[in-house]
Amino acid sequence: MSIMSMTAVELGSKIRKREISVEEAVKASLAQVKKMEVKVHSFVTVDEEGALKRAQKVQKLIDEGLISGPLAGVPAAVKDNLCTAGLRTTCSSKILENFVPSYTAEAVQCLERSGAVIIGKTNMDEFAMGSTTETSYYGVTKNPWNLEHVPGGSSGGSCAAAAAEECSYALGSDTGGSIRQPSSFCGVVGIKPTYGTVSRYGLIAYASSLDQIGPIARNVTDCAAVLEMIAAHDVKDSTSVPRKSYDFMGALVDDVRGLRIGIPQDYFTEGLDEEVKEHILSAAKVLEERGASVEMFDLSLVQYAVPAYYVIACAEAGSNLSRFDGVKYGYRAGHYEGLHDMYKRSRSEGFGAEVKRRIMLGSFVLSSGYYDAYYLKALKTKALIKQAFDKAFEKYDIIAAPVSPSAAPKLGKSLSDPLKMYLSDIYTISVNLAGLPGISIPVGTNKEGLPVGMQLIGNCYEERKLLRAAYTFEQTRVYERPGVVKMGGEA
Amino acid sequence: MAKQYETVIGLEVHVELATKTKIFCSCSTQFGGAPNTHTCPVCTGMPGSLPVLNRQVVEYAAAIGLAVNCEITRECKFDRKNYFYPDNPQNYQISQLYLPIAKNGYVEIETGGTRKRVRIHEMHMEEDAGKLIHDEWDDTSLVDYNRSGVPLVEIVSEPDMRSADEVIAYLEKLRLIIQYLGASDCKLQEGSMRADVNLSVREAGKEEFGTRTEMKNLNSFKAIARAVEGERERQIELLEAGKKVIQETRRWDDNKEASYPMRSKEDAKDYRYFPDPDLAPVIIDEEWIERIRAEQPEFRTEKLERYEREYNIPRYDAEIITESKKMADIFEAASTACGKPKKVSNWLMVETMRLLKEHGMEPEELAFSPENLAKLVELTEDGTINSSVAKEVFEKIFSEDVDPEKYVEEKGLKTVSDEGALKEVLQKVIAENPQAVVDYRKGKAKALGSLVGQTMKMMKGKADPALVNQKLKELLDH
Amino acid sequence: MEDRKIADKISDEMIDYVGILAKLELSGREREEAKADMERMLDYIDMLNELDTEGIEPMSHVFPISNVFREDIVTNGDGHEETLANAPLMKENCFKVPRTIG
Repeated sequence: MSIMSMTAVELGSKIRKREISVEEAVKASLAQVKKMEVKVHSFVTVDEEGALKRAQKVQKLIDEGLISGPLAGVPAAVKDNLCTAGLRTTCSSKILENFVPSYTAEAVQCLERSGAVIIGKTNMDEFAMGSTTETSYYGVTKNPWNLEHVPGGSSGGSCAAAAAEECSYALGSDTGGSIRQPSSFCGVVGIKPTYGTVSRYGLIAYASSLDQIGPIARNVTDCAAVLEMIAAHDVKDSTSVPRKSYDFMGALVDDVRGLRIGIPQDYFTEGLDEEVKEHILSAAKVLEERGASVEMFDLSLVQYAVPAYYVIACAEAGSNLSRFDGVKYGYRAGHYEGLHDMYKRSRSEGFGAEVKRRIMLGSFVLSSGYYDAYYLKALKTKALIKQAFDKAFEKYDIIAAPVSPSAAPKLGKSLSDPLKMYLSDIYTISVNLAGLPGISIPVGTNKEGLPVGMQLIGNCYEERKLLRAAYTFEQTRVYERPGVVKMGGEA
Repeated sequence: MAKQYETVIGLEVHVELATKTKIFCSCSTQFGGAPNTHTCPVCTGMPGSLPVLNRQVVEYAAAIGLAVNCEITRECKFDRKNYFYPDNPQNYQISQLYLPIAKNGYVEIETGGTRKRVRIHEMHMEEDAGKLIHDEWDDTSLVDYNRSGVPLVEIVSEPDMRSADEVIAYLEKLRLIIQYLGASDCKLQEGSMRADVNLSVREAGKEEFGTRTEMKNLNSFKAIARAVEGERERQIELLEAGKKVIQETRRWDDNKEASYPMRSKEDAKDYRYFPDPDLAPVIIDEEWIERIRAEQPEFRTEKLERYEREYNIPRYDAEIITESKKMADIFEAASTACGKPKKVSNWLMVETMRLLKEHGMEPEELAFSPENLAKLVELTEDGTINSSVAKEVFEKIFSEDVDPEKYVEEKGLKTVSDEGALKEVLQKVIAENPQAVVDYRKGKAKALGSLVGQTMKMMKGKADPALVNQKLKELLDH
Repeated sequence: MEDRKIADKISDEMIDYVGILAKLELSGREREEAKADMERMLDYIDMLNELDTEGIEPMSHVFPISNVFREDIVTNGDGHEETLANAPLMKENCFKVPRTIG
């Protein structure tokens, strides 16, 4: 077994036992990156020099007994909207092409404190706005399962890197499905934690009230281990919520007896791909066979999540992204006449089409005369959606659902029709609106050989139930490696 | 017959709070400092940075709200005010629109013997902007974010004022209240208190308000008075010429004594306020309000009454002393220490005021300790030093806060009470001034003064003039 | 439920106005596409009007967290180097921008 085909926890264990050195692990990771990047292109920036230096340091810390976490010395990748001190952070945008932060995001610091070695920054949809990773200024990322398909997005680079075994695990961020959907498309596991669980300090905001950082890895155990590293109360983030327990590894039990699972039948309407539907229903059946109770129910309000989301997310984005103005950092236009022209040119040249589209929409819905009709209406809708989930969780421990209406689409097919693209987020978006935790786990592949994922949604702070169900399901199948890795041979 | 016009004025007053750190980060609020030294990712709008609210800002804001008779909002929130300008690093200002911390208050003002209530519409917390320095050489502006994120409260009055005098009275009242609270030093020149004037005119007797303009950049009470006058005239001239007043923001240029429109077409003035998703609501419960209420200091009106009653000083003295919180503090502490309030009051009313004027200082800048003033009063009262020496010592207290006991000791300024030594000097003076002695004996009272003066001179001022007078008389009358 | 539209068609003036607010300047095809996209999105968002939200409190924060404070203690030191490290243009330790007032 090659180093990079091991799970993160396996590799960590071998590093702890001195069977593999941190340097060997990091070199294996960098070698796999060299091999895969020409095909997959998961990274915006690979920090070879920094990673090798860091490997020496971490090895020393392990040898001295100063770090002993399960993933110490294991190579990781982080999405390029997480600030890393001294390492370029672009949000896959031209406007931040040369931006080098002076500080490191809290979630990344958590990893580093546990001995992670960050090998690079992964590609994403520009400012996390998109579902395909095609809106990146630094080129598209391809799906390791089929290079003609998208990896999903916006954390497409993180998911592709994990699937292509370029890193052992990665961090992504999820505002409307940006961890769960690409995880599903790339056949890996991704968790969007309860809002407030992982500090957002240093995450370059898209929509602050919806953004949450989470782990992406090739199995549930690795995800739980990473979540345990990054979940913590942070005084630098006013929306960080102190939790009673941060034990997630303890939830990895192969037993779902007594768990009540509800399937929203209003998710199974037209628009959902037949094959996806069958995969979800049969996965639910597996859980039922293992002792969970499963039934269909009406969640309601499903169709209102997407419009409410776009009003709220774009309003916040318009404001969050106004700081990119060519004054303090980032791109400034070469020619301009006066201050306002400088603003307009720098922003119009620095942002891509999708980002501009959302900023314009966000500015419009907050503008004089429209605030009540759009923004307040969306916030009220959000309240109703939250109520609908509250009601559902009176009856169920977990909601099982599709992640996306279909498997990964072909490259170049999505961006021409933005509204259609937005609608594909219909199953993931309401989870962000309600602040709930969600996990995406691979449940099979379709006829084209593309992975299909199932989403499990829990009530606030109930990640442990999700992990238990996901872990139990995972025990029933064998992890499948994408074609490009198998063909690429062993490192 | 020319029409009579009434001026209608409302104020938006910004006050910088006296916190040690900024409103949303742990950078210092200290004035001055090299450009951008008091900055961090939060107050420079770095990507990924997040605000965390300074508790003291809420304490001060709620205390001011209560002191100006506002209702405190039980659950208040922060909103983002979106507009592009380089002094505003995020291109939105964190402020409060929908649920400000306080509303519906008032303050009482007095002008020309008439009392009046100026109502306060609302008061909110917000962050200050950075500073722009205009570079004449290459047609650019330079941005320094040291002031970015300094906490402010904005106090918005109703349009209840009708003259520059009322405006000044209102501002002075606000300033006094806030200084008494210790919530700000309220210095107009340094910008820790700033007023924007909303002004309109209407024909006398009309109900309906005219179109108002907003004037900014007013750095002193005098500038405010001139701006009110100037804008009133400008608007009346427009109306008299059959033109309309345009609702706009204008910048007052105090050197030219004229105002100019401030914004271009690139500023839509559509701020797209919405609740800041990065900040949690602030819940101020009864218990918290009661605690702040209990901690409110005694304000001027109460002090005036108490000073007359407890310290038995004249109303006039009390009024002058309480015009400054600092002065009142010194008065109370010094009076308690020496038990002679009227004497303390005299030092404050006469010598302190004279020296303040001489140094061009504000009473708030007084830096001497009340204990030293109290000691000085005692030294004078028990005859250790005479009054002219006392004045000299007070100047030292005023400028260097010296301990008068030590100072008098070190400099040997004590009044000589040794009668033997005095007698020797007196005899010498009498011997050296036979003409004056003759004159005195002929009944010229002035001659005695001259002899006293000579004696004091020889004693280097350290004698008690009354005693010298008495002893001289004794010697000469025999 | 009746379908009520909030915004009329997006006019050129409206696109210009939003451009001023957002400091974005679109021209030619980009501008026409933006108009069409925004119109479609707003049409779609109008679907929210089917929902009866009478008496519902707008929910800006999902969790009942409140009173998150820091104490008033200076912990940050001189930050000018980090602050200015990415400045596109600077002078005398300040960010340099086109002149703001004439």
